[in-house]
Amino acid sequence: MILTITYKGRNTQDLGYLLHKNPYRPQEFSLNSGKAYVFYPEVSDAVTTMALLLDINPVDLAKGKQGTGTGGLFDYVNDRPYTASSFMSTAISRLFSTAINGNCDKKPELVGKPLDLTANIYSIHGTDNFARKIFEPLGYTVKTTKNVLDEKFTEWGESPYIDLEISGKVKLSDLLNHIYVLIPVFDRQKHYYIDEAEIDKLIAHGGEWLAEHPAKEEIIYRYFLMKKSYAHRTIDLLTEEIPEIQETQETEQVSDKKVSLNTQRLNTVKNAILESGAESVIDLGCGECRLTKILLEIQQIKKIIAVDVSAHELEKAKRRLHYDTMNEHQRNKLTLMQASLTYRDKRFSGFDCACVIEVIEHIEPSRLGAFERNVFGYARPDTVIVTTPNSEYNINYGFITDGRLRHTDHRFEWTRKEFMQWTAKICKEYGYTVTISGIGDVDDIHGTPTQMGVFKKCV
Amino acid sequence: MRIEIPEFSLVALIGATSSGKSTFAGNKFKSTEVLSSDFFRAMVSDDETNQNVSGEAFDLLFYALKKRLDLMKLTVIDATNVQQSARKRILDTARENNVHSVAIVLDVPEKTLLERNAIRENRRLPESVIKNHVNQLRRCVKRLKREGFRFVYVLNTPEDIDNAEIVRTKLWNDKKDVHGEFDIIGDIHGCYGELRELLEKLGYVDNADGIPVHPDGRKAVFLGDFTDRGYNNIGVLRLAMDMVKNGNAYSVVGNHEVKLLKYLNGKNVNIKYGLDRTVAEIEKESPEFREEVRNFLDSLISHYVFDDGRLVVSHAGIKENYIGRGSGRVREFCIYGDTTGEVDEYGLPVRRDWASEYRGRAVIVYGHTPVTAVTAVNNTYCIDTGCVFGGKLTAMRYPEKEFVSVNAYDMYCEPVRPIATEKTDDTGDMLIIDNFNGKMNIRTELIPSINIDENNVNSALEIMSRYSADPRWLIYLPPTMSPCETSSTENYLEYPTEAIEYYRKNGIKKVVCEQKHMGSRAVIVLCHTPETAIKRFGTDDGTSGIIYTRTGRRFFDNPETERELLKRLDKVLTDNNFWTDFNTEWVCLDTELMPWSAKAQGLIKTQYAPVGNAGKNSLDMAVKLLEKACSRESINTEVSALTSGQNTNLNSILEKYRFRRDAIEKYVTAYREYCWTVKNTDDFRIAPFHILAVEGNVFDNKTHVWHMENIKKYICTDKIFMATPYICVDTEDEISIETAVKWWSELTASGGEGMVVKPEYYTAINGNKLLQPAVKCRGREYLRIIYGAEYLYPEHLRRLKKRSLSRKRTLALKEFSLGTESLKRFVNGEPLYKVHECAFGVLALESEPVDPRL
Repeated sequence: MILTITYKGRNTQDLGYLLHKNPYRPQEFSLNSGKAYVFYPEVSDAVTTMALLLDINPVDLAKGKQGTGTGGLFDYVNDRPYTASSFMSTAISRLFSTAINGNCDKKPELVGKPLDLTANIYSIHGTDNFARKIFEPLGYTVKTTKNVLDEKFTEWGESPYIDLEISGKVKLSDLLNHIYVLIPVFDRQKHYYIDEAEIDKLIAHGGEWLAEHPAKEEIIYRYFLMKKSYAHRTIDLLTEEIPEIQETQETEQVSDKKVSLNTQRLNTVKNAILESGAESVIDLGCGECRLTKILLEIQQIKKIIAVDVSAHELEKAKRRLHYDTMNEHQRNKLTLMQASLTYRDKRFSGFDCACVIEVIEHIEPSRLGAFERNVFGYARPDTVIVTTPNSEYNINYGFITDGRLRHTDHRFEWTRKEFMQWTAKICKEYGYTVTISGIGDVDDIHGTPTQMGVFKKCV
Repeated sequence: MRIEIPEFSLVALIGATSSGKSTFAGNKFKSTEVLSSDFFRAMVSDDETNQNVSGEAFDLLFYALKKRLDLMKLTVIDATNVQQSARKRILDTARENNVHSVAIVLDVPEKTLLERNAIRENRRLPESVIKNHVNQLRRCVKRLKREGFRFVYVLNTPEDIDNAEIVRTKLWNDKKDVHGEFDIIGDIHGCYGELRELLEKLGYVDNADGIPVHPDGRKAVFLGDFTDRGYNNIGVLRLAMDMVKNGNAYSVVGNHEVKLLKYLNGKNVNIKYGLDRTVAEIEKESPEFREEVRNFLDSLISHYVFDDGRLVVSHAGIKENYIGRGSGRVREFCIYGDTTGEVDEYGLPVRRDWASEYRGRAVIVYGHTPVTAVTAVNNTYCIDTGCVFGGKLTAMRYPEKEFVSVNAYDMYCEPVRPIATEKTDDTGDMLIIDNFNGKMNIRTELIPSINIDENNVNSALEIMSRYSADPRWLIYLPPTMSPCETSSTENYLEYPTEAIEYYRKNGIKKVVCEQKHMGSRAVIVLCHTPETAIKRFGTDDGTSGIIYTRTGRRFFDNPETERELLKRLDKVLTDNNFWTDFNTEWVCLDTELMPWSAKAQGLIKTQYAPVGNAGKNSLDMAVKLLEKACSRESINTEVSALTSGQNTNLNSILEKYRFRRDAIEKYVTAYREYCWTVKNTDDFRIAPFHILAVEGNVFDNKTHVWHMENIKKYICTDKIFMATPYICVDTEDEISIETAVKWWSELTASGGEGMVVKPEYYTAINGNKLLQPAVKCRGREYLRIIYGAEYLYPEHLRRLKKRSLSRKRTLALKEFSLGTESLKRFVNGEPLYKVHECAFGVLALESEPVDPRL
């Protein structure tokens, strides 16, 4: 990980005074996770270049992190020693603290003066477009180089990294502040835990220029690694205006800005439950417990079991529902439990209604039969509500042609016909009747984004 | 006085305060068998005399009692128990848990009680309390039998109490010390000729009295229902009675015996369901014979537990928690089965499917429900093949688990309800959550007990549910493999000598070194035909095999690729006569599938290649800049360590960065070695290294040379199937070891991952210690993609050498024994959940945190 700063003009050796680093004395500094070297590859009247080289010890980095799940091995084979990251920002603020604050006793006249400066960063995560978007508004000329990922396997595509060069007439302290704030915006990983102090740091280093930056929101969100509350407070402090938040995780949500598809879906399901007269509901594959949260507020429903196969997901749901501080009445209504839809489970029996909302498409097709028998064969609630994407509608998301699915974990997405055939099979095998409907905006040709089947047990 | 109580029973001591119950209990029973109310009073309140906490104390006492009864432990309740309500709770608990209840009354004269109370120091009670107890006790003694105590003993004097001798008797059903061997015979219903023929077929010969006896001392076990509907009911009854009396047969009671007994006892019975025929026959017999029959029927018990608890027989089956217990409910279950109390459209009782929920270790053999063929579900066998309805009379040979049948000579009776062709409530691939929830304990042949932590079970459940293939295919998940001990050789983290030394010091003379392929682990299960897949694996997706990863996930997203590879495998196996030579229709292989990039593409593109790319780029630049700076003159200045950076020598930094640049280049070379582009199936390479199992055989007792040579001979005639180069090494011969080191060095120098060192035999044991089934010894270059490009930098290597293998090795052994167990269970035809348990266990253990670089 290398940063060079080049000063062109006359008496450029003055860069040494500005940076408080003697051009003739290579130095090394100890950092928490390695070392930093400062040296000058070139020193002349016309051109002086300072290089900051970080020597991050990968073994130190990985220490104490053994076996962190799938990430475990990646701690050892890791790009951290090689690409510009928050390590670089930390090093800049430590090594050049005087310069970044715009102080220089020896050459005070240079401090406030824009100089002809160029900064080069070798290997940083990002694209040419992004680099321009971030640095051009600040008055820099931006140049980037990008390589193929592996020249032996060109089919693997481009490297995720670029070499970045920014140059312009700029005060040294500004240049350092820009780099300090913006490197982590490219990299989007931080080597330390982000806490409230980070807001102060950002205001201190970016207060003057960030408020005017056209991409300030994106910069701030990325700086805080999408920690929204911190980002909001910083934007408040900078601009006193609150921006719209855009969730970009699920494709669906982007196109449904008015009432999100998810909300429409939950309302429709809620109404179907109420109509069925159910007093006890089992939410199979509850995920974040969005449905469960709604059902908890309904008087008609006396008992809810929220089931998910992921213990981790359930822990998250518990926090979301404030389970630990929930009043006793609600808590008595609700049970959260880990269980699998493909293992027969007695605990699923005895409910008026089972909800299987956006779940079946996450089950391997070969295991769907086990799910069917478990729910329709053994548990046999009076009502079963199933929702799943309608793949025909995907054309409205613009990716129907490549057969892409809406979510990477989806194992299939059905057309309306496929869903109908499936429901008919269920009804025949297990003695249910079904009513099928659509949820979400209607496309005359392709139907709605979500399809729902409400199954009723035959008496 | 001799007090006989069943060895598993619930004993209530009944006696006033100071009657000496605790002393009695202490003298006559184990201290852990006695649950004393005083003890629990103290436990909840620190004061054993505190009467205000009786409610809490008894709640706890009964909780402990329930746990003991679940484990079939005799338990004594040491409390006054003079109130009817107190005894009722005990009796209810006894009934609930199907255990015999015993009352032992300590009826000490009131005078003695008062004297004892008077000399008590800290817990003297008012005299009125004692008098009250005595009154209550006197009143209850006569009622105890009626209240429901199965056995009642009254001890009237302190001497009686002291002298009482407790004798524990076995339950009638307890024949654990009888080991057989047995021939268990299903419902006969008067089919005399068929029974005779069956006994003959089983090898029984008539003795001088015309009673069939087996020359090898085998015993017949009748499952009841001797009579009714058939044509010679008395003949069957007489034969069975003779064999039982003669000691070469056992019999349990069936529902038809119950009815016949009622009839013989002169009770009012509905003479239906074939009883009319028996009645007609028996009416012709002498009163003496009828009396003999009556006694015989009266003596029959509900079920037997044989062979150290490994075999249980009953007429209509038995639930796991009823085995070995005696109560009205257990008896009803054994005679009538798991009925719901409802009747179906034929007017016959609706039965619940207890067998699909059975998870016990004992084999249960039963009849009662006629089926067209022997039905085996979860270790239970229904062998009533409906002889009287024109089916077959079947016997199960135990322990062989073989079936011998004779066809009915006639259809003597139309079945009221059609005979089930298959179990309607078949479990299929539907596993029950209860076995895979919470802490697990798995018993295997190699390691008797493997405990799995709840957290690991939880993550395995998630992985299995979300990603794994049909569990019916997952008859094996491969174990993890430990590296050899860290090398003491300079510049090496792993070196062959340590791997070989591990086996030498554990008494293994011959080891096999196999080349380690760098691909992805792939288990292949292949059936010669799709029909075998249905018949043997119960799968119904129309495929005849599967290739899956070490976590049980389908290897290929594209089913076409899998199908083609399996087809090629089937072709070589067919061409090379594998199916006939091994006398099997299916095979399970452990293999490595290459290229690595086929499965790990995502990982390579997002992790390995970018690291190489960024590394090369930035280290190149660092070297250039350092070279440039080094060509300039630098000066050292006296500086304070506090205020500034330290002087540094750029030349040594340059040297270090040249080393690093060189390292990252070698790292890129290393990962590239294992990547190539796959255009069609010809571009895959599959290297099988174990023929794990075929029908009837798990090859865990073979040598690795056997595995290697058979793989070469039967599989590697198609170029996509690679034979694995290997050499045999004598662990005590320096030259032989030297050869192995050289072999390994050449292998790894030309890009090989390394080698795997295995003991001569698949399973190796030193004394009673199970040895690692294999240890790997990875090449120096290869390890860059594991430990990072620069791991050989002396400072790094020194630290990396401090690694601990013990966790990894423990895991490897557990997973290995689970893998072998899993195959054995499958080959032995054990139920799906038993096989799945092992695969599940491996997956659960794999979520145990261990250093992933090992």
